[in-house]
Amino acid sequence: MPVNQTWSTFSDYAYYTAVVIYVLAMVFCTAEQAFGRERRNAGRRRSRELVGAAGPPPESVDTPGISTGQPAPAGPRPVPERLGRMGIALTVLGVGTHLTSLVLRGLAAGRVPWGNMYEYVSVACVTAVIAWLVLLRRFSARHATTFLLLPIVILMFIGGTALYTTAAPVQPALQSYWLVIHVSTVAASSGMLLVPGVASVLYLIRRANVANPQRFAKLSGKLPGEDMLDRIAYRTTIFAFPVYTFAIICGAIWAEAAWGRFWGWDPKETVAFIAWVVYAAYLHSRATAGWRGTRAAAINSVGFAVTVFNLFFVNLVTTGLHSYAGVG
Amino acid sequence: MTTATDSPPTQRPPNNNSWPRRLLAFIRNTWRGLTSMRTALILLFLLALGAMPGALLPQRSLNTGKVDQYIAQHGWWGRLLDQLQFFDVYASVWFSAVYVLLFVSLVGCLVPRTFEYAQQLRAKPVRTPRNLNRMPHHASSTTDMSPEDVVATAKSRLRGWRLTERTEESGARSISAERGFLRETGNLVFHFALLGLIVAFAIGKMFSYEGQVIVQANGSQFCNSGVYAYDSFTPGLRVDGTQLTPFCVKVNSFTPTFLPSGQPEQYRAAIEYQSGADLRTGQWRPYQLQVNEPLRTEGDRLYLLDHGYAPTFTVTFPDGTKRTKSTQWKPADQTTMLSQGATKFDRPGVTDPEQRRKTQLGVTGLFAPTAAFQGPVLSSSFPDLRDPAAAVDIMRGDLGVDSGRGQSIFEIDQSQVRKGALKRVARENIRPGQEITIDDGTKIRLDGVRRWVALQVSHDPSQVWVLGFAVALLAGLGTSLVVKRRRLWVRATPSGSGDEPGRTVVEIGGLARTDQAGYGEEFTRLSGELLEQTAASHREEN
Ligand code: HEM
Repeated sequence: MPVNQTWSTFSDYAYYTAVVIYVLAMVFCTAEQAFGRERRNAGRRRSRELVGAAGPPPESVDTPGISTGQPAPAGPRPVPERLGRMGIALTVLGVGTHLTSLVLRGLAAGRVPWGNMYEYVSVACVTAVIAWLVLLRRFSARHATTFLLLPIVILMFIGGTALYTTAAPVQPALQSYWLVIHVSTVAASSGMLLVPGVASVLYLIRRANVANPQRFAKLSGKLPGEDMLDRIAYRTTIFAFPVYTFAIICGAIWAEAAWGRFWGWDPKETVAFIAWVVYAAYLHSRATAGWRGTRAAAINSVGFAVTVFNLFFVNLVTTGLHSYAGVG
Repeated sequence: MTTATDSPPTQRPPNNNSWPRRLLAFIRNTWRGLTSMRTALILLFLLALGAMPGALLPQRSLNTGKVDQYIAQHGWWGRLLDQLQFFDVYASVWFSAVYVLLFVSLVGCLVPRTFEYAQQLRAKPVRTPRNLNRMPHHASSTTDMSPEDVVATAKSRLRGWRLTERTEESGARSISAERGFLRETGNLVFHFALLGLIVAFAIGKMFSYEGQVIVQANGSQFCNSGVYAYDSFTPGLRVDGTQLTPFCVKVNSFTPTFLPSGQPEQYRAAIEYQSGADLRTGQWRPYQLQVNEPLRTEGDRLYLLDHGYAPTFTVTFPDGTKRTKSTQWKPADQTTMLSQGATKFDRPGVTDPEQRRKTQLGVTGLFAPTAAFQGPVLSSSFPDLRDPAAAVDIMRGDLGVDSGRGQSIFEIDQSQVRKGALKRVARENIRPGQEITIDDGTKIRLDGVRRWVALQVSHDPSQVWVLGFAVALLAGLGTSLVVKRRRLWVRATPSGSGDEPGRTVVEIGGLARTDQAGYGEEFTRLSGELLEQTAASHREEN
């Protein structure tokens, strides 16, 4: 099927626009952080008290009601909050534009829009942002949006420059419905795992600050509470991990059909396995005395590092069977 | 394991310990240590760490040539890594040690957990705690209903929960309810499936094999009759290659399609095959072999892996005798299919070995499916056959084929050239239909070109089992991560003498047994409904 150049071009425009919108959203959310500290700290004090009152971690912290969707109590909203809300609105707009770019790509190439690294990064990023927006309905972590968008913008920048590939059909090995299932689920779960990765890094920063108030003094005050970060990380991981498992199994089924064996320790397979084991370790650590909290967060961060490593290093440096045609 | 306790209680051994006892204690402690959660965690870490070099360093199982090159480039460091099995990570002693330990730890962890699970299945939900208001979730009110009615109402609302009713000493009635036992089920299913998957994988490693063979796409045949039929063969540990499932394949044609950019679009090989009863009746069945669509027959799979060109040369010797050969050349560049190879000829009618060794011919060089000349230098500009040409050296002399050394079919023996036993007598570019005449009048003609395909036969009797376990694993994982284990207690106490008579105090307490947040919402809803139904008058909640 021939490639539709017009759609492809519009897809690229939409992609760049999405990046710009995300950057703007970051500006707004950062502005909220900069101006809105007092109020939030008050809020955090409240949740600290709750923690003190009940023995086990309170589940009341993540009940909806303080999150973005709810109308403010009364009177005009304070400026920082309005900025923050605009930041979220922009993020939603960014997601819309981003999705448009993917749809146009797919139409242009006449196939699903995840056939090379550029498209893969794009899918992973949009999933991460959507996952974050969904989480914001439960967790009042709006002011941390900047920290999530930062890696997204970096990834999308690299995707749109170094990894950019023009729209084209894919090579024979990739022509399979397993491409649709396997790659979409890998991209989506990796994207979702970016969220706990960021949350865990932020958690570690807060912890470092608690241990030594001089470290990350400025940054730490702007972050959501440890408890919330921990919960965001856990909730997202237990959702993304089975999806990731499913994706790896689909990959094995596909490999059996395409390469003659379901598992062959190809570099990409190996690193996917490693990431899987690391996340399994994360889930274990949450049930192991003395390993919850900081260590669990560290493991989760490692898991995400491995995922990113898999994307860049293994795709670009090593040569395996996994071929995303046309990179470089 | 309901709650994760690790670090087994270290019991101080009594003083009068004899050595067998101490040994026993040591074994017991080692076992406990090995099967503890923390050990499992550390082993998981080691597994991840141990797998890493396999992604960073070239591996023999994937590419022997690269490994040799790496070792050559890195000197003693490369040799050291080799000694430490870093180029065979997944067969190495240390990697195996980690996963065997993990396997043992898993078994050691699962056995007691399964017993516990069976007990819990039959056990009644735990007794209602005395102080429900100490529970993380708590609500209470008073009502006009009798304790019996409260309990009955609550029971009907708690359908789907496992529950027991008790009458307490004080005369209060209570319900203990529990839900989400499926989580433990899922967790056990997951871990057992993991166990099964590892075992099935290991069995596969023993009884599987893989063989590659190149077949020309002109009706040539290949039969899975023994190792000798293959160009390369990788057997599992328990396979000696004598009992391969017999089947035969005939490759009639190969049709690749390419995009204008030269990117391959689809490869198709029209084949016919015979297996099972067809071998006796001689019936051939057609099949379209494609990438992603292997032929599955008799438990074996046949894959289309690769393709290439085999230029056909005819040599006409001065005495008029002719020899025609199509030897496959191998792609040197996958994107343009510029290929290289060597087609080797013996002069017919020469029986004297001395003479033979002087008159052998080798046609070697490059073949381009779509020729692009930069000056006299041949390259290829497109992978499909559009304008084929070859740039060849004609070598005459002793090819070294009788030397006893194995020879690659893709090249001539360069050591013969260095020795001067093999001399170049011509170097020319040639297109189909053209011929080269050398000094003694021998003519070498490029007749045309054939296509060949690289096929792979794979056999793995346990891979269905691996798939089955993988599906069970996923189901168990999903269940155990989605389902929450939680408890709920209801206590209906007749109000004491000091209060209004005839009223009942209803207390509800809740506890989430797992890490998973979110029980709060369910509890609030549930307790709200319960209290509503028991017609609360003075309701208080916290
Ligand atoms: C072979 C490597 C292992 C892997 C890949 C693995 C993986 C996992 C995963 C992904 C989970 C979370 C899902 C679930 O709750 O079902 C989990 C939970 C669990 N695993 Fe393993 N496991 C392994 C070995 C072990 C061993 C050896 C033990 C015993 C010491 C163990 C004990 C547990 C327990 C108790 C949980 C439940 C944790 C909870 O309630 O959250 N696992 N495991």
